[in-house]
Amino acid sequence: MTAENAADAPTRSKWRFLLPLAAFLVLAVLLFVGLGLNPREVPSPLVGKSAPHFELPQLHRPDQRFSEQDMRGKVWLLNVWASWCASCRDEHPVLVELAKSGVMPIIGLNYKDKREDGIAWLARFGDPYVLSAFDEKGKVGIDYGVYGVPETYVIDKAGVIRYKRIGIVTPQIVSQKILPLIRELNREK
Amino acid sequence: MKSKLLTALLLLAVALPASAGEAAPTAADVALEKRVMAISEELRCLVCQNQTIADSNAGLAVDLRNEVREKLAAGMSEREIIDFMVARYGDFVLYRPPVKITTVLLWFGPALLLALGLWLFLRTVLRRRASAMAPLSSTEHARAAALLKNTEGDR
Repeated sequence: MTAENAADAPTRSKWRFLLPLAAFLVLAVLLFVGLGLNPREVPSPLVGKSAPHFELPQLHRPDQRFSEQDMRGKVWLLNVWASWCASCRDEHPVLVELAKSGVMPIIGLNYKDKREDGIAWLARFGDPYVLSAFDEKGKVGIDYGVYGVPETYVIDKAGVIRYKRIGIVTPQIVSQKILPLIRELNREK
Repeated sequence: MKSKLLTALLLLAVALPASAGEAAPTAADVALEKRVMAISEELRCLVCQNQTIADSNAGLAVDLRNEVREKLAAGMSEREIIDFMVARYGDFVLYRPPVKITTVLLWFGPALLLALGLWLFLRTVLRRRASAMAPLSSTEHARAAALLKNTEGDR
């Protein structure tokens, strides 16, 4: 018994010598993973819930209104944009391309913009939207939890938000996330 | 003279929109403003994440303060307003995160690490003290004497 303990002791102390190194490695890996995380990507509580109700005048036709109810029975994309938003310009070609493919209707939410600025911006860079709702005061934006324009929502036939993207929609996100999801949602009744 | 007038006009043009952005509170709504600020201190500005919406002057923070003000004026309770924000922006909007399964480590992790550190420290100190106080055995005495003899011999 005592002999066994004596033989054990050196190996055990050898292991203990490595313990701080192991702890350091674990910490380093955790911190490294943390570097790659984006603190701006906050999980939205709205995914899986009904899209908040709104009714707004349209950007191009101020006398006509648009409500999310108008899209019932369709799988559609709601894209929050503004002419003052620099990253919206980076995102825009991707949306124009997506609109050309005609996979689903894209509705714009022109967020805290000036009407003439918004219209001019679309005239200059192309208009991927079936229409844009004009959220001058940003009230609808608050209901949708918007804090970093651009933001994009995939909404299903029953009016439930199924996916939310905060920040730019990249070609990768379109091909890996949005298109597969749209295909799946279109199969639902 | 002309340039002076131009400067004055330019200064006015800069100053005017700045004062138009936020209405100065009148004495009547000082109490309301206090409540707005109290709630705003609890809410994180999601644009500038290390600030509350009370501290931040980002566009969204101003909007959310206005939203809080309107809701208070409409008679909503503080609890209801906080719930309204959480429903839209998630728990992250709370400057003090709620205690949940997902936040247990956040809340109690540091205390746990401190306890672990204290335990290791005390264990090490007690062991050292115990080994320092243990009397030498006869073989250890003999080895020590031999070592001492050797070093003396070297000189």
